[in-house]
Amino acid sequence: MSMPVSPDVPALPPPGAPLAHYVATGPFDPNAMEPMTRQQERVHLASQLTLMWWKFKRHRLALASGIFLAVLYASILICEFLAPYNYQERHIDFIRSPPQAIHLFHEGSFVGPFTYGLNYQLDMNTLRRTYSEDTARIYPVRFFCRGDSYQFWGLIEGNVHLMCPGEGGTLFLLGTDRLGRDMLSRLIYGARISLTIGLIGIAVSFSLGVVIGGLAGYYGGLFDLVVQRAIEVVQSLPHIPLWLALSSIMPPSWSPILVYFGITVILGLMDWTGLARAVRSKLLSLREDDYVVAAQLMGARTPRIVFRHLVPGFMSHLIAMATIAIPSMILGETALSFLGLGLRPPITSWGVMLNEAQNINIVVLYPWLILPVVPVIVVILAFNFLGDGLRDAADPYR
Amino acid sequence: MLLRYILRRILLMIPTLLVTSALIFTVMELPPSDYFETYVAEMAAQGEKADTSRIEFLRREYGFDKPIIERYFLWITGFVQGDFGYSFEYEMPVRDVVGERLALTVLVSVCTILMTWIVAFPIGIYSATHQYSWGDYGLTFLGLLGIAIPHFLLALIFMYFANVWFGLSIGGLMDPVYFNQPMSWEKAQSILAHLWIPVIIIGAGGTGTMVRAIRANLLDELQKQYYVTAKAKGLPPGKALRKYPLRMSLNFFVSHIGDVLPSIVSGSELTAVVLSLQTTGPLLLRALQSQDMYLAGSFLLFLSCLTVVGVLISDIALAFLDPRIRLQGGSTK
Repeated sequence: MSMPVSPDVPALPPPGAPLAHYVATGPFDPNAMEPMTRQQERVHLASQLTLMWWKFKRHRLALASGIFLAVLYASILICEFLAPYNYQERHIDFIRSPPQAIHLFHEGSFVGPFTYGLNYQLDMNTLRRTYSEDTARIYPVRFFCRGDSYQFWGLIEGNVHLMCPGEGGTLFLLGTDRLGRDMLSRLIYGARISLTIGLIGIAVSFSLGVVIGGLAGYYGGLFDLVVQRAIEVVQSLPHIPLWLALSSIMPPSWSPILVYFGITVILGLMDWTGLARAVRSKLLSLREDDYVVAAQLMGARTPRIVFRHLVPGFMSHLIAMATIAIPSMILGETALSFLGLGLRPPITSWGVMLNEAQNINIVVLYPWLILPVVPVIVVILAFNFLGDGLRDAADPYR
Repeated sequence: MLLRYILRRILLMIPTLLVTSALIFTVMELPPSDYFETYVAEMAAQGEKADTSRIEFLRREYGFDKPIIERYFLWITGFVQGDFGYSFEYEMPVRDVVGERLALTVLVSVCTILMTWIVAFPIGIYSATHQYSWGDYGLTFLGLLGIAIPHFLLALIFMYFANVWFGLSIGGLMDPVYFNQPMSWEKAQSILAHLWIPVIIIGAGGTGTMVRAIRANLLDELQKQYYVTAKAKGLPPGKALRKYPLRMSLNFFVSHIGDVLPSIVSGSELTAVVLSLQTTGPLLLRALQSQDMYLAGSFLLFLSCLTVVGVLISDIALAFLDPRIRLQGGSTK
């Protein structure tokens, strides 16, 4: 009657005698009787972030939007290289030239990507410039070539571009504007401003919202009352007029860069209320939980409890909210610049470019000037999809 | 209980509005120059000389030589008594300047809101009940597109295609013939013929937002057990939907009223500028740019009053509709 007994378990005492106190030395394993499968273990041990990532991956459209936006944001780092021209370079001979097509075949034979020369005529009756393709002149597009010189990040001199026109030719894929500047290049440079304005603006409103909403939700009482009224005040003011009023305060002597930061701060200042309300209502329900009491008893100070214990609990939710708020910033900048009260040239953003397409006559005569609206729409759609995906992924009940 | 809640909310409105008015006044005062300086500079740029004695008179009349606090009190006491100040640019009392355009603005906005509701409701309900079908995807995408395109650009694009395809020139709310004419049958017809374009353009974004909200709210309700029970007991799908989840998902709709009220009066400013509508939006923007401070300030304050009142109305309506809110309403932690 010998049973296989592990060596560290003492033998049973004789009947009637008390059991000796016993502590197993091996690690505690609650699933010892029924071990989990590999897959179960993976799910059970996954961190919150991993779970979110799994859920997010299932949302194809959101994933694609995320990748698209990541590529776009990466591209603004090297827009000097991507743009075929310097965005301030004026081509006086090609004012308001329509978009040029890239051809591959010339008279049936393969040449590779090239553009035809542009012939320019001034219609003496309407004083309109008309352009026509001159199929006799062929300019093969060059890649990784030397073109307009630029200052990379305003620091390093350079002149290497991804693609440039053939020697003596032109490459206006999206046409030129009233000063003969290449629209595509301006679009690529404009992305740098338009895309970052959303990020900086949301950073301002995010930090304001989390701090103010966090403290109001945790302290409650008089502070909460004041904050709630303040939120009501800010929300009761119509946005566009207030943006206008605030941006007219900025002195005209400010440099364009300063104006850019001013605009982002204005956009952020108007937008923190939604986040603050979300944080406040979350905190109101969470602050009664046991782990907060435990932290208080251990002597943690209020900021530590709020920002170390409470806020991380719903941070993912907040980030999803912020992602959805970015489009409104981009639209806000577009609207302000469209009215001529946002950014000023020489800074180029999509809104500044659209400012030139304000007049219906211009849009009818030179429809390519309204093209900057396409990236605006695409980026806003992408942010919406991404935000939807993030929100679903951050919601544990879905 | 409810009465005390309402009374408390109304009392709380007073400090809110006071702070708002002070904020608006500060914002109006902040630009380094005032309307008269802008005016003199504009006249000088045109090579004309401004009438300095008249400007001095106006300055004194409106107390621009007095300290800022005193002027604020003059303005705010006037506002409470219904005297909204004087528009320097139009040389008329603010009330008359705004009053002319208010009727048209309300017309455009009410039509827009009605269209938004009429279009958004069926689409939202369809999307929610047919989740993940092709119809749902298509409609959701359309709605998103409506949100993503800036309104003023949609207006431009609309005008462009109307011009190219139909040779139509749009813009304005009536044929130029009827400007400054008393209302007549022909004028009303002309307004109606021009009305649909701004209504569609301004409504696009709002419809998109509302479809999304209705869909999300209804989807949440459709998962709940009472709906499953109702269906399991054999209630026809249409009736089950109408009786329970639809009513629950209307809460958000009521809380939306707070935003609707001010937008009825201000309209969509930028779209109105592009389409050159004779509504209050462009008036407000122009006043802000030329620092016509009483016109801009009084109008802004009027809008915030409307927002605060709108929020109050929607809160009260919610408390009436939803016992959960009513019972929690008074007691704060």
